[in-house]
Amino acid sequence: MKIIINGKEDSITPLDGKININELLAIKNVEMPDMVSVELNEVILNRADFVNTFINHGDRVEFLYFMGGGAA
Amino acid sequence: MDFTEEQVERYSRNILLDDVGGTGQRKLLDSSVLIIGAGGLGSPAALYLAAAGVGTIGIVDDDHVELSNLQRQVIHFTSDISRPKAESAAEKMRLLNPGVTVIPVMERLMAGNIVSVIKDYDFIIDGTDNFPSKFLINDACVLGGKPFSHGGILRFYGQTLTYVPGSACYRCLFQTLPPRGTVPSCGEAGILGVVAGILGMIQASEALRYILGIGELLTNRLLYMDQLTVEFRKLNTKPNPNCPVCGENRTILEPVDYEQPACSLKEGPAAKVNL
Ligand SMILES: [Zn+2]
Repeated sequence: MKIIINGKEDSITPLDGKININELLAIKNVEMPDMVSVELNEVILNRADFVNTFINHGDRVEFLYFMGGGAA
Repeated sequence: MDFTEEQVERYSRNILLDDVGGTGQRKLLDSSVLIIGAGGLGSPAALYLAAAGVGTIGIVDDDHVELSNLQRQVIHFTSDISRPKAESAAEKMRLLNPGVTVIPVMERLMAGNIVSVIKDYDFIIDGTDNFPSKFLINDACVLGGKPFSHGGILRFYGQTLTYVPGSACYRCLFQTLPPRGTVPSCGEAGILGVVAGILGMIQASEALRYILGIGELLTNRLLYMDQLTVEFRKLNTKPNPNCPVCGENRTILEPVDYEQPACSLKEGPAAKVNL
């Protein structure tokens, strides 16, 4: 299915027809889900819901990376 | 409008702008901005806000200037090494524009003092280098109804979001601190100096446009920038009803200190950032 990740079109093939947020993060090489916040169709997801939130064709997914530096 | 001749000349390029004019310049002179952190983000912000004639500028930092700061913290010079950063920054700002009042604050902001430090300012700029401070500033500003600019940088990347009461706050997007070891913080990850400079100037621009009431702020829009490709992306967002500080069932009712000193997140694997 086609989805948009961080503004870019992407195509993913779920093995058993379904893919949750944690699996998507793994496929996209986000090493630890804790490194990012995830927004699905402009709604921020609770971390606890990553596992039971499934991706659908046409979804817009954003990985929001923590950036802690201010070089102070 | 009561400008001196010196002011008319000093601020002539501001005043010439239709969106600023004498009225806008007066607003700037009557306004106050607090910059938290006299580092990579705070340096350019402090210089440009002083130059623009923001009448009162507070600059908070409890640290001293080190040689390794000078690659990006352009308000400090080699001769400033070991001086308090707030004092070094204040001196340059006063030299640049003696017509503005600069208030150096040589304190570390904690839950116990942040409310009293921020309360008299119109706009706050977060130029800190660690997550406990970023969450503390967010919470204090949201609870106190203070507009502020969040800024964060990492290597070649930066992000910034502006909060005004009612818009999405930092916690709406990033609910809680990342666990230790997952996200590299300041020094250890490295940062190209100009990346800090560009982001700090965007934050200063937010402060100026907030005061002037012109254009569109980065509210409900998180700006990501990649200075390898020079790509800028704006991510539309909105207040999160589950946000613990501004949502429907608030659990954070006062500023909180978190145990995680600056630079403690270095042990983790390097974050790969695919913007
Ligand atoms: Zn919020």
